[in-house]
Amino acid sequence: MDLTFAEEDEAFRAELRDFLAEALPRELAEKVRLSQPLKKADYDGWHAKLNARGWLAPNWPKRFGGAEWGAVRRYIFEEECAMANAPRIVPFGLSMLGPVLQKFGSEAQQAHWLPRVLSGEDWWAQGYSEPGAGSDLAALRTRAVRDGDHYIVNGQKTWTTLGQYANMMFCLVRTDPDAKKQEGISFLLIDMTAPGVEVRPITLIDGSVEVNEVWLTDVRVPVENLVGEENKGWTYAKYLLTHERTNIAGVGFSRAGLDAVKRIAQRVQMRGRPLIENSHFAARVAQVEIDLMAMATTNLRIVSKAAAGQAPGLESSLLKIKGTQIRQEITDLARRAVGPHAMPFASEAIEGTNMTLPDPFDAGNVTGAYFNNRKLSIFGGSNEIQREIFAKHMMRDAT
Amino acid sequence: MNFDLTDEQRMLQDTLRKALATASDPWAALAELGVIGALFDEETGGFGGTGFDIALVFEELGRADVFLSMIDRALVPGLLLTAAGHDIADVIAGTEKLAWAHGELGARYDLDWVETRAVGDAISGQKTVVVGAEDADSILVTARHAGAANDQAGIGLWRVASDAAGLSLHGYDIAQGGRAAELTLENTPGEPLSPEAFDALSLAVAAATLAQMAETLGAMETVAAMTQDYLKTRKQFGRPIGSFQVLAHRLADMMLEVEQARSAVNLAAGHLHDAPVQRDLHISAAKNLIGRAGRMIAEEAIQMHGGIGMTEEYALGRFAKRIIMADHRFGDTDHHLERFIALRA
Ligand SMILES: Cc1cc2nc3c(=O)[nH]c(=O)nc-3n(C[C@H](O)[C@H](O)[C@H](O)COP(=O)(O)OP(=O)(O)OC[C@H]3O[C@@H](n4cnc5c(N)ncnc54)[C@H](O)[C@@H]3O)c2cc1C
Repeated sequence: MDLTFAEEDEAFRAELRDFLAEALPRELAEKVRLSQPLKKADYDGWHAKLNARGWLAPNWPKRFGGAEWGAVRRYIFEEECAMANAPRIVPFGLSMLGPVLQKFGSEAQQAHWLPRVLSGEDWWAQGYSEPGAGSDLAALRTRAVRDGDHYIVNGQKTWTTLGQYANMMFCLVRTDPDAKKQEGISFLLIDMTAPGVEVRPITLIDGSVEVNEVWLTDVRVPVENLVGEENKGWTYAKYLLTHERTNIAGVGFSRAGLDAVKRIAQRVQMRGRPLIENSHFAARVAQVEIDLMAMATTNLRIVSKAAAGQAPGLESSLLKIKGTQIRQEITDLARRAVGPHAMPFASEAIEGTNMTLPDPFDAGNVTGAYFNNRKLSIFGGSNEIQREIFAKHMMRDAT
Repeated sequence: MNFDLTDEQRMLQDTLRKALATASDPWAALAELGVIGALFDEETGGFGGTGFDIALVFEELGRADVFLSMIDRALVPGLLLTAAGHDIADVIAGTEKLAWAHGELGARYDLDWVETRAVGDAISGQKTVVVGAEDADSILVTARHAGAANDQAGIGLWRVASDAAGLSLHGYDIAQGGRAAELTLENTPGEPLSPEAFDALSLAVAAATLAQMAETLGAMETVAAMTQDYLKTRKQFGRPIGSFQVLAHRLADMMLEVEQARSAVNLAAGHLHDAPVQRDLHISAAKNLIGRAGRMIAEEAIQMHGGIGMTEEYALGRFAKRIIMADHRFGDTDHHLERFIALRA
């Protein structure tokens, strides 16, 4: 047993820190630190910097322009980027569609779409969920009917993250309504600028505008935008989900969040002393820190197993649950720390209200972040569904 | 022992519930119905004023999907003015627009922490998160004329007109609905109301805390009922999600916490007019419990609703915000736990 990182991994960490110090614009990192809404240009700019360095697609094979890092290096990358308050890499093209095309796409599809993901020419959205198909994704009803060399698509997707920025959406559609639920589904690439696509924003409780409804009415999609085989989409979707769940533990985000809480609690005064010296508050912080230390190691244990070629399967459910619990607890602490000053509220949806909130502790939008991060235990397979997966496995022999 | 409402209280509850469900201008409707009078006793021109009366009114406000700053515009100013020997007929009629400014940056939730200074009747300092300040015609402001930052003695009360010299406001939305402001006072003239206001302030804030708790209880009831409905109607995997035992049990836990919260509010209401130590002990016990129960209920309700629970359009989110933000007013769970320990000792 050896709990230290290898020398070359530490060297990589140092190189990465230098890169972040130089390449990450200060104002952008401040926006992230203060939980302010990021715009398309913020993400595009950061993606371009990473791409220029060859680090935008850590998980992609080199032949597709990726860094092809092992799991440990990816972990270091995610952790350092989060600690530096870099924007998260928007996952839809890079971590979701990319691996699916690389495994199941045609050569023509790979040659056409993958470079455009890296260059930022296309912004992808994930068109899975529907009003009636959330946890029960296979209940989806959006229909695609073959008409010559096109599919005609009708239906509604929802919760489409950053769909307002997207020009492309990978989509699960029903191509065989008579087959069993999972068997009549196909994986289609849909041009969001095509006639019949309508995107309507949904405002979330923190006032943010990051999800959308997408209405599809007689949208014509060329058949060459079908990925893999017709009616095999569920297989690809499941494959994609395993990639969606990498970095699910969010250790880096938690570390950064915990640092922020400590900084805030230094500034906040309670009876003339910093809040962090209050034994009650200090105990709350310590409790989460202790959980996080163990979880980070759980994460590394699982990650290094994967590095040795064993795919993280069930453990990813475990990491998702614990990781999101810790992240949510940290957002709760930040909100708690600022006391009455958690009340000032800015809504991205109501333009112009952002600028003038009092922020005496330089804490940023902690209340918005608290409410926004309720999503962590809902999306990407809710925590209940993760427990269900895990429990079913453990009980598989029970009669 | 009797946990039933009186006939008058039941009538008031019905009236309120109807008015809140239908009125286009709830404040005007409630004022017209004379509801504000329920918060004050007969001596001051009201018809209620017990802890139970206050709890009843605010529980109904909490159930409804409206945000009225009745605590800040009527309850606290009314009690402070009464204690200073002033008539509050206009407060009870709902016509006087008041706010009260006490909280400061260094105070966090401590009532005795006042750094704003009064020299004669000229006030200088900063007050934070003053709810409804922008709408007020005048603001009741605490300031220190003697003693150190955390002395209970030396805190006086003044009335400051909204157009007074040296007063500036920085307003913003607050998460539970409505608006608040940061106040800066620079040699601002005030009308003196009371040279030693701490005891009156303690009682007014105890009543406000009770009101806030009752309001939160009402919101918790609504949220639990919405979740119950949702678990029965939302279908996934071909069945209502409430048929998944893990969710049904969590709903049961939510309901259990609502009952705990109701009892905590009852207890606090029954002790509102006890001697300060007994009063504050029960207020702190209840506020601590409601802070914990509220967080659990708000978070569980959102979780069990899935994505829909996260949207601004669906009422659940607004209730959840009111419940969570209630923990940021008049002391949070930790503040009241510490105060409970101290008072018990
Ligand atoms: C902010 C946000 C961003 C999102 N982004 C995207 C996106 O970009 N693309 C996309 O396709 N989707 C996206 N989603 C959708 C997300 O994947 C769904 O919200 C999720 O699958 C849950 O579905 P639902 O919201 O319909 O809740 P439901 O499935 O209706 O679940 C309601 C509750 O029931 C529970 N439940 C359901 N089934 C069971 C069961 N069998 N046992 C126990 N409990 C159960 C759930 O855990 C939940 O608590 C996003 C969601 C959010 C909130």
